[in-house]
Amino acid sequence: MTDEPERRGALLRLLRTHLRPYRGSIAIVVLLQLAQTFASLLLPALNADIINNGVLEGDTDRIFSTSAVMLAVTLVQVVTAAAAIYFSARTAMAVGRDVRAAVFERVQTFSVRELGEFGAPSLITRTTNDVQQVQMITMLALASMVTAPIMGVGGVIMALGQDVPLSALLIVVVPTLAVAMRLILRGMGPLAGFVQQRIDRVNRMLREQITGIRVVRAFVREDHERERFADANGELMGVALGVGKLMALMLPVILLVMELSNAAVMWFGGLRVDAGAMQIGALFAFLHYLMQILMSTLMATFMILQLPRARVSAGRVEKVLTTTTSVVVAENPVTELPRPGYVDVRGAGFRYPGAEQPVLHDVDLIARPGQTTAVVGSTGSGKTTLLNLLPRLFDATGGEVRVGGVDVRELAPATLSSEIGFIPQKPYLFSGTIASNLRYGNPNASDEDLWRALEIAQARDFVEALPERLDAPIGQGGSNVSGGQRQRLAIARALVAKPDIYLFDDSFSALDNSTDAALRAALAKELGGATVIIVAQRISTIREADRIVVLEAGRVVGTGTHAELMTTNDTYREIVLSQHTVEMA
Amino acid sequence: MKTEKPTDFAATLSRLLRMMKPERALLAGVFAAGLGYVATWVTVPLIFGRVTDLIFTGVRGTGIDFGAVGTSLAWALAAIVGSSGFAWVQGRLTAVVAQRLAFRLRERSADKLNRLPLAYFDRSPRGEVLSRVTNDIDNVSEALQQVLSRITISLLTLLGVVVMMFWLAPTMALLALITIPVAIVITRAIAKRAQPHFKKQWATTGELNGHIEEMYTGHALVKLFGRQREAVATFAQHNEKLYKAAFRAQFVSGTTQPAMSFVGNLTYVMVAVVGGLRVASGTMSLGDVQAFIQYVHEFNHPITQLAAMTSIVQSGLASVERVFGLLDAEEQRPEPLSPIPLGTVRGRVAFENVSFRYSPDKPLIEDLSLSVEPGQTVAIVGPTGAGKSTLVNLLMRFYEVSGGRITLDGVDIAEARRSQVRGNIGMVLQDTWLFGGTIAENIAYGVDDVSRERIVEAARATHVDRFVRTLPDGYETVIDEEGSNVSAGEKQLITIARAFLADPAMLVLDEATSSVDTRTELMLQQAMSSLRQGRTSFVIAHRLSTIRDADVILVMDSGRIVEQGSHADLLAADGHYARLYAAQFAQPVAA
Repeated sequence: MTDEPERRGALLRLLRTHLRPYRGSIAIVVLLQLAQTFASLLLPALNADIINNGVLEGDTDRIFSTSAVMLAVTLVQVVTAAAAIYFSARTAMAVGRDVRAAVFERVQTFSVRELGEFGAPSLITRTTNDVQQVQMITMLALASMVTAPIMGVGGVIMALGQDVPLSALLIVVVPTLAVAMRLILRGMGPLAGFVQQRIDRVNRMLREQITGIRVVRAFVREDHERERFADANGELMGVALGVGKLMALMLPVILLVMELSNAAVMWFGGLRVDAGAMQIGALFAFLHYLMQILMSTLMATFMILQLPRARVSAGRVEKVLTTTTSVVVAENPVTELPRPGYVDVRGAGFRYPGAEQPVLHDVDLIARPGQTTAVVGSTGSGKTTLLNLLPRLFDATGGEVRVGGVDVRELAPATLSSEIGFIPQKPYLFSGTIASNLRYGNPNASDEDLWRALEIAQARDFVEALPERLDAPIGQGGSNVSGGQRQRLAIARALVAKPDIYLFDDSFSALDNSTDAALRAALAKELGGATVIIVAQRISTIREADRIVVLEAGRVVGTGTHAELMTTNDTYREIVLSQHTVEMA
Repeated sequence: MKTEKPTDFAATLSRLLRMMKPERALLAGVFAAGLGYVATWVTVPLIFGRVTDLIFTGVRGTGIDFGAVGTSLAWALAAIVGSSGFAWVQGRLTAVVAQRLAFRLRERSADKLNRLPLAYFDRSPRGEVLSRVTNDIDNVSEALQQVLSRITISLLTLLGVVVMMFWLAPTMALLALITIPVAIVITRAIAKRAQPHFKKQWATTGELNGHIEEMYTGHALVKLFGRQREAVATFAQHNEKLYKAAFRAQFVSGTTQPAMSFVGNLTYVMVAVVGGLRVASGTMSLGDVQAFIQYVHEFNHPITQLAAMTSIVQSGLASVERVFGLLDAEEQRPEPLSPIPLGTVRGRVAFENVSFRYSPDKPLIEDLSLSVEPGQTVAIVGPTGAGKSTLVNLLMRFYEVSGGRITLDGVDIAEARRSQVRGNIGMVLQDTWLFGGTIAENIAYGVDDVSRERIVEAARATHVDRFVRTLPDGYETVIDEEGSNVSAGEKQLITIARAFLADPAMLVLDEATSSVDTRTELMLQQAMSSLRQGRTSFVIAHRLSTIRDADVILVMDSGRIVEQGSHADLLAADGHYARLYAAQFAQPVAA
């Protein structure tokens, strides 16, 4: 996950921005924590008072009255502490909500290009787990990080109040504990990284063994895999043991520092009492404050332990929030199309930033209403990229892309999306029902519209066969229907929206030949006046097209009908022949 | 994290404890060191109490006897150093026990994977098995490390402190102990009130994450249909619901800590008052009260620790239970006691009245007979679910026949070792599996100690060499986990090279190709047919050329062979095959 360099100060910047609306609540939290800490610091002083003025003087009334005060202070402490947690939780969860919303909304502005650069899984982690980390550290900061220094400083003040010279001990003890803890934790930092690497390796092997179980068994490699795994497993144990042993140092070190400082207080405190400079009750109180100071030092150290993870997460969140989309909406976008259905791509180019070779170079593509235009070429020739330029999934880095007679960069997004129906190569369905998916581009479509679209898309039969028909549930991504059914539903979804331009990106690949043919026949009949652009692997799918554009390594190497290209274009002929051999040899 | 509860707490725990048996000596060491730690440590407050008394009486009398104070503090010093030493030893030993146990759990699970029947993997979702061997085992080892190290110390400390408290002042000890049930009642009540909020938090988190996942994976569609606004609106709804649930859950559960410290403070006040009165009345020394207060302090600590551990223990045991579930899964049929040795076969295969079913009422293969001569190619065709893969799975002994038998050169394969059967058959699947290693290592996967020349030779014969040479690292190119640096078609070619290098007597091929472009497909086809030369081959066929060239075509439907013969025979018969042929291949490109 830590695939990118840490962004320094990201956590602070992120929190500064998103905590601002909650300044009031934070102020309340700080005040409550102050009150709460003060109350708990008061208890030892009151106890000292019981000893000095009650016990030593044999004044039982004093003992009772002071303990009544102690009870009251205890009550104040619990109420303020609970209230502090109330406001901390409310603020921290609100910050989490706000950051999450900011990330999600930012991602919605991204083009397919930015999304691809991050990758959907990484963005999901950033929006969920990473924000969760930031939320957790905010909660921790408000609930404990605020109290640790208050407790520490308050403890020092109270200790000074009991006896100043004895407080000199703090100068030795507190840094000793802090340094010892830092040393242990610093040693553990890199080791923990090693452990994670080894865990990843073990998990990767297990994953490989499970996904490749047939191959492992077919090649009789069980013993080989066992040895490989034993190595990785042993290594993991070794490193994890290292961490465990270092961790075993923690308790003894804390114990040693704390109890030794107690002993020192007893010795030097005894001397002070003997000299008459200090009362014996103060000695008690001092011991108490010392413990509180050391505990807050420990708390601060452990808190610092939590910081690196939150820092990395904040950096990853910030990266999303500072990424701007490459597809910018025009300031005064055009909403009326002068020539609906017209597609004119002129000299379009596309190059990823920093890439040596452009994906597309000086490409022309013309499509007209009532005509079918096909784009062919081998894998990686840039067909899909070309198609993606039309609905602005990303923008061309050169040349001009006009849809409906207007440069797409000038068009309002809503106008462009209702003009173009795009059927992607890997169709994706949302969870819901068949109807909710079909209505995605046209929420007002009637049931008849849906059935009609299903019929054209050759999906009517299988939807009718389902018990719930249009209300049949669809799992996330369309996991509960077959690839071919998914493709047909995606086509129907585009048909329901009734756009002027249809883009089929290899949308027939999961269909068998006969369904493919029936579907194309139905489309030809129904989409009479529409503009159709098809990207396809199968030559049979595009033979009848009015115009075929042949792409090779991002350049147009030929345009014409099937018959023309067969006689004039070598690349086209090669593609046709290679299929011919595969299917007919 | 969500805390899951194991279904049978006691049984799982006792089984886990039995697994620790080999570490008995170490565990005894852990316990002894823990005992040593507590025994030395509990004396420290007592000694400090003595010092307080020395100072107290000194101040009231003739001055403090610093000689006695020094001696006492020297004892305290010895006890402190001793208890730290014990704690250190205890921690180290615990780490060893925890890590060895985690090691063994991983080792056993990995071994188990090799002994499970393939049906197990086919039946349970892949992610589920994976999650057991990775997430669950990680969770267990984490919990082991944390719990083992703290639980002995906490329990022993609690015991030591209680003993000391009763020894010092039994009535005050009773008073202090009363707060335990109070604390338990309070934490229980809070946990009970927080529970529904946590449940709601997890449920809404699930909904929200589901929405995020869908909107990000279907991002292009959201854009294409211009539905960003709806996506954001739905998100905002889920997000607000999550905020409310999370806030309540955090607040309610967060009050545990102040409530506990309130109980602690109450005890403190109580001890201060009662102790003060007793010192004033001369029935208890000031030093004893001081020691007692320290014990009360230390008494709360292990209780909170133990309370914090319950959720770790529960989720850890729930994971252990799932791992045990895997370890207990039924294994594949053991090898025959005296297996018939099977050397390199010639490749004569016969299926004799073979039937196969997962469950008694659902026959997958019924009464199937077939005989294949060495060197023949058998093309298996038929609709999805016809039993094509089941047939080859039976031949590979991935599944065991339910009736009838399969012979290889006349030997019933059930009478031979699985490894000897499989060692004779090379396999190329449509699901191209490569492991995270170099291309050379992947090609050489099936054989030990093979020279680079032979790897390259196999690569040349299967069209792998050409594209490998275009890669910057050539044969040393590391295939990463997703294999994203090599295309689908190239991966398939590598799996063919792998089978080629293994040089088996027989072959099982699955032709279904994922979306590769036509030119790559041509290469695949050539590679596969050169691989088939002279080997008995079973091909789950999708290409017309393969089917037409096959010696025998098996047309399968619903677990039976409905037709069998050569291409010409079957076309002439005008039956299933002829219909299938018409549907699949009747619209080829006009030549």
